[in-house]
Amino acid sequence: MNLMFPWLILLAPLVSATAITLFTLRWKTSSSAISIAAVLVSFICSCLIFAHRTVAAAEFTWIGISGVFHVPLGLTLDQLSRTMAVLVSGIGAVIHIYSLGYMRDDEGKSRYFAALSLFMFAILGIVVANNFVMLFIFWELVGFTSYVLIGHWFYRDAAADAANKAFITTRIGDFGFMIGILMVWMATGSLVFAEIAPRMSTIAGHPLLLTIVALLIFCGAVGKSAQFPLHVWLPDAMEGPTPVSALIHAATMVAAGVYMLVRVAFVIQGSPAALLVVAWIGTITAVMAALIATQQDDIKRILAYSTLSQLGYMIMAVGLASNDAAMFHLFTHAFFKALLFLGAGSVIVMLHHEQNIWNMGGLSRKLPITFASFLVGALALIGCPPFSGFFSKDAILALAYERNTAIFAVALFTAFLTAFYVIRMLLIVFFGNARSDIARESHESPPVMIVPLIVLALLATLGGFAFFARSFLTLPVEREIAIFVPALAIAALIAGSGLAIALYRNRASEPVDLELLRHKFYFDELYSSLIHWTQELLAHVSAFVDRWIIDAGAVGGSSRGAWGIGALLRLVQVGNLQAYVFLFGLGVVAIIYFAIFRF
Amino acid sequence: MTTLGDYLLVSGILFSIGFAGVMVRRNLIIILMSLELMLNAANLSLVAFSRFRVGPDGLPNYNAQVFVFFVITVAAAEVAVGLAILVALFRIRQTTSVRDISSLKF
Repeated sequence: MNLMFPWLILLAPLVSATAITLFTLRWKTSSSAISIAAVLVSFICSCLIFAHRTVAAAEFTWIGISGVFHVPLGLTLDQLSRTMAVLVSGIGAVIHIYSLGYMRDDEGKSRYFAALSLFMFAILGIVVANNFVMLFIFWELVGFTSYVLIGHWFYRDAAADAANKAFITTRIGDFGFMIGILMVWMATGSLVFAEIAPRMSTIAGHPLLLTIVALLIFCGAVGKSAQFPLHVWLPDAMEGPTPVSALIHAATMVAAGVYMLVRVAFVIQGSPAALLVVAWIGTITAVMAALIATQQDDIKRILAYSTLSQLGYMIMAVGLASNDAAMFHLFTHAFFKALLFLGAGSVIVMLHHEQNIWNMGGLSRKLPITFASFLVGALALIGCPPFSGFFSKDAILALAYERNTAIFAVALFTAFLTAFYVIRMLLIVFFGNARSDIARESHESPPVMIVPLIVLALLATLGGFAFFARSFLTLPVEREIAIFVPALAIAALIAGSGLAIALYRNRASEPVDLELLRHKFYFDELYSSLIHWTQELLAHVSAFVDRWIIDAGAVGGSSRGAWGIGALLRLVQVGNLQAYVFLFGLGVVAIIYFAIFRF
Repeated sequence: MTTLGDYLLVSGILFSIGFAGVMVRRNLIIILMSLELMLNAANLSLVAFSRFRVGPDGLPNYNAQVFVFFVITVAAAEVAVGLAILVALFRIRQTTSVRDISSLKF
């Protein structure tokens, strides 16, 4: 069945973004209503497509240079994209509704909802794109909307800087991605996923080329999924509104890198060397981000680093050649991380945009429902059974144990750290005594924010169980070997939580001070000095070129050269007719000599 | 029997005398005369070449002789102009020596 209606998934948010921008910027209520209606249409269409497995979308030719270059506008509707579409539009819908509460009194509410709709258009485009060109365009569009939403409060310098940083950093990765796409096209002559896969044998004969292509495509994921060494933008992106952090910088956009890698797994998995790099980048990101998270004070930054860490797990799973494990963790992570961010958002709004955890405390009594749902999210994040994170993280750990012991050890250590920093955050935010006046006067959030929390909490609880997840995903196969892996994971969890409880119970200030972790391994300082010195060097080189080669050489040189030659030739102008004649005669003799005897 | 070489030798001697005259004499009138000498040396060699280059029809090649007429005409014009300049110069400077006429140098 070829139908137009799958296109509705994409068109609804696009129409909404256009309509809001063109017509309803002044009417905030109608803007938000249009945006929410659009995302609901997308969600319902996604569900319908999910239910009817045989649906195929109509395909158009976009660019067709016969025999050379063919770019269709088409949708891939396999199990992977159907699941992702439901997941993305579902979480998007929940977060749109939550935004009603969070952005209630915001000046730029219409602008916010327009950008949110545009984001839904872009991310769903990535999910359903059936060729590299569409994927790349939506990929950039996602980067752009992320930029707009991070910089939503652009009058704050921090937000504007963070938006620039996010955009520029991800662009670095996207550049590699684009070159990778071009190389795939040159090697296989096609940009459509379904056509490239059978033609991979043309590159498979050149392992080096394949590795380079795979790593270049991975570059895109490194930027978008904020993997080491391009991870620096994600924590700063927390300057945006919290629902944006939940939707874009936790559940969907940053997961797009993982999704893209799974989508083009036929390229990546052809090269063992590339897989190894991917796996280690994921592992390094996971453990590094977890280490940094243990020393952060901003509730959203802690969550941002935990997102980095969990994305590291997913990339690790991709690198260990298991798409199922990566997608499973992506699936559960989307629920519990969106839940955690929305919970944090609820706390932040009720505390009048206070984000420092040391100014909170004792909130479990003031915001009981937020606390309960946040607890569910936290337990899922640290992989506590029976919450969803346990199952998916266990799948990745078992996979790592089977394929690469070193990665397994690091991953287990990361699980320990995760438990440590999450319990630390929980204790400081929700237990003990309220450490500021606003924390003492806070109360529960409005229903429009609470209901999404409850929905996500249910999903975060259910998400990992096989009976639920199996209807969405191909679950990774559990092997016999994996029996003691969960035991180790739970041991790490208990150790981490125990250590956190021992250290942070009833504390009013930070008992441990690790400069290195507090300063995020000095990555920002390193990069800014790197950029600074590169700029200095380039400036000096170009100043030298300008001053000595262009000014002194080309400009001054030609003027001085002309002047000097003139001065030399002036000596010949003696004013004596006989001398001229003599020179003239010499010239004639010379010309005759050369003309006759030399040639 | 005079050969082409004899004519060319005379022509070369005439040219050298003319060139030496231009180089060493200071008087502008003598220099003009020496120039004429050089032109006529060239004319002589042209005519000699013409006379000694007989075509298959037994006639000499007249191109060079026609060329000589042109040279004579141009030389006459040149002398007229040159003498006119010389007279004008003499009226201003009261001299015909090239030593005293060097104001065009840098």
